[in-house]
Amino acid sequence: MSEQHDLTAHVGLRGVTKVFRGADGAPSVHALGPIDLDLRRGEFFAVVGPSGCGKSTLLEVLAGLSQVSEGNVLIEGKPVGGDIMDGVGVVFQEDACLPWLTVYDNIAFGLMQTDTSRAEIATRVESALTMTGLSGFAGSYPAQLSGGMRQRVCIARTLVLQPRLILLDEPFGALDQQTRLLMGEELLRLWRATGATIFLITHALDEAAMLADRIGIMSARPGRLLEILETGWSRDRDSRLVETAEFGAVTARLWQVLRGESMKSINRDGARA
Amino acid sequence: MKAESANWVGTIWITVGLLVLWQAAYLIVGDLALRSPLQTVAFAYELLRKPSFAPHLVETGKAFAAALAIATAMGLVIGITLGLSKPAGEVFEPMLVALYSIPKVTLYPILLLMFGLGISAKIAFGALHGFIPVALFTINAVRNVKPIYLKTGRVMRLGRAAMVAKVVFPAAVPEIFTGLRIGFSLTMIGTVLGEMFASQKGLGHLLMNAIGLHNVDLIMAITLMLVVFAAGMSSVLLMIDRRLHRRV
Ligand SMILES: Nc1ncnc2c1ncn2[C@@H]1O[C@H](COP(=O)(O)OP(=O)(O)OP(=O)(O)O)[C@@H](O)[C@H]1O
Ligand SMILES: [Mg+2]
Repeated sequence: MSEQHDLTAHVGLRGVTKVFRGADGAPSVHALGPIDLDLRRGEFFAVVGPSGCGKSTLLEVLAGLSQVSEGNVLIEGKPVGGDIMDGVGVVFQEDACLPWLTVYDNIAFGLMQTDTSRAEIATRVESALTMTGLSGFAGSYPAQLSGGMRQRVCIARTLVLQPRLILLDEPFGALDQQTRLLMGEELLRLWRATGATIFLITHALDEAAMLADRIGIMSARPGRLLEILETGWSRDRDSRLVETAEFGAVTARLWQVLRGESMKSINRDGARA
Repeated sequence: MKAESANWVGTIWITVGLLVLWQAAYLIVGDLALRSPLQTVAFAYELLRKPSFAPHLVETGKAFAAALAIATAMGLVIGITLGLSKPAGEVFEPMLVALYSIPKVTLYPILLLMFGLGISAKIAFGALHGFIPVALFTINAVRNVKPIYLKTGRVMRLGRAAMVAKVVFPAAVPEIFTGLRIGFSLTMIGTVLGEMFASQKGLGHLLMNAIGLHNVDLIMAITLMLVVFAAGMSSVLLMIDRRLHRRV
């Protein structure tokens, strides 16, 4: 199963499988894989797939938050196992703001664990606040923000750490369509400026089509990669891409592959409920 | 804001209601067994000005403060330790619950043997009452910390100590505080009870003597002081408690 790793890749997955063992007689769930995938250094990779297909599971395995059942993951040539690696940033699907800290302290939270100087922390947090449109809310508590704003706090908290590999799990899920497009542009700008590798999970096909260099399309659970689509966009793209015919073609292709899979997953979950 | 002012109005009404009931009871029962609210307040005021009373007040205050400090520290340490370790929690939590449910008075003779008749026995007795709710609430608070906060701590690469100090503890504070509030009341009950049963100093001791001598003025004045202190502190703690729970 395990082929050779491509050592020039930023991230490599070989035969990655995840089975959740059922506790106390519950049946085990084969959530993911096997998956083989290489993320190129500096690329923007998006993942789309039907709900419950194992996208978040894939991200947790990649991040080192969850152990693989089979196969292995290499980041920068080092095997990932049970711990987060240096230079990896994660934004979760759920609201992960710490309610006892202000917006400012939430964003500075990760930096405070490092030996970054206070002045440097302040500079970085200020610029992240501006970037995410939260400048006026530095002293607010998460409970005083909307869901979309809280999600932006979590994005900012990860970005200030300047990770080389950024894993994002539906980060714009709580945002309205307009903000989502603008945040997408910000993400593209940041990606160009930092040269980071981005792995983005999304349920919005147009978002994947606009942002990514390549899009991995996953099957219904257990999630496997059905196809990897190259978009061929230039690096300095922005949201005006959505007006082009090529954009329409990419979105159409995504839906063509996903339609059947989404129906499978809805029918199965519907039958179980 | 509105809810808060409604709370205050409610508190005032309850207080007024209790005073009316008290006055009515006094009018019915008469001088032999009760004093009116006014008489009691006047006597309590006189008592507070007497130099001979101060040492008792100080004694109870000291014992209570020490007992509360011990109960809080013990409760937190036990609670966090058992909350973090599943196997240890499974073994020791039922023991704490059992200890919680037995009348602690049955253990007092043993404490007296261990600590003698002085202040230490009361402190131990107060702490014995108070640390269990703090520990039990802390165990649950630590267990109920949302997994997403722990995950966040992990991706921010927190070590174990930092995880407890920066994530687990702050996340658990609102629930822990509820335990502290209950621990506060029980510690006070324990301390005063300890003084009533065996002691030569303190408000509990004075109260017991007054009962023996059928000194109605003294009984009522001391009871009033204890109730006012307990109710006052309780409502302050409850206010903080509510505020902490509102942030999420
Ligand atoms: N800790 C767990 N224990 C057991 N099963 C789990 C666990 N976590 C996830 N699963 C199961 O694994 C499957 C994949 O879950 P996952 O969260 O990865 O899906 P997803 O693609 O992210 O879904 P969504 O698009 O709704 O976020 C689901 O069937 C889920 O029920
Ligand atoms: Mg998910």
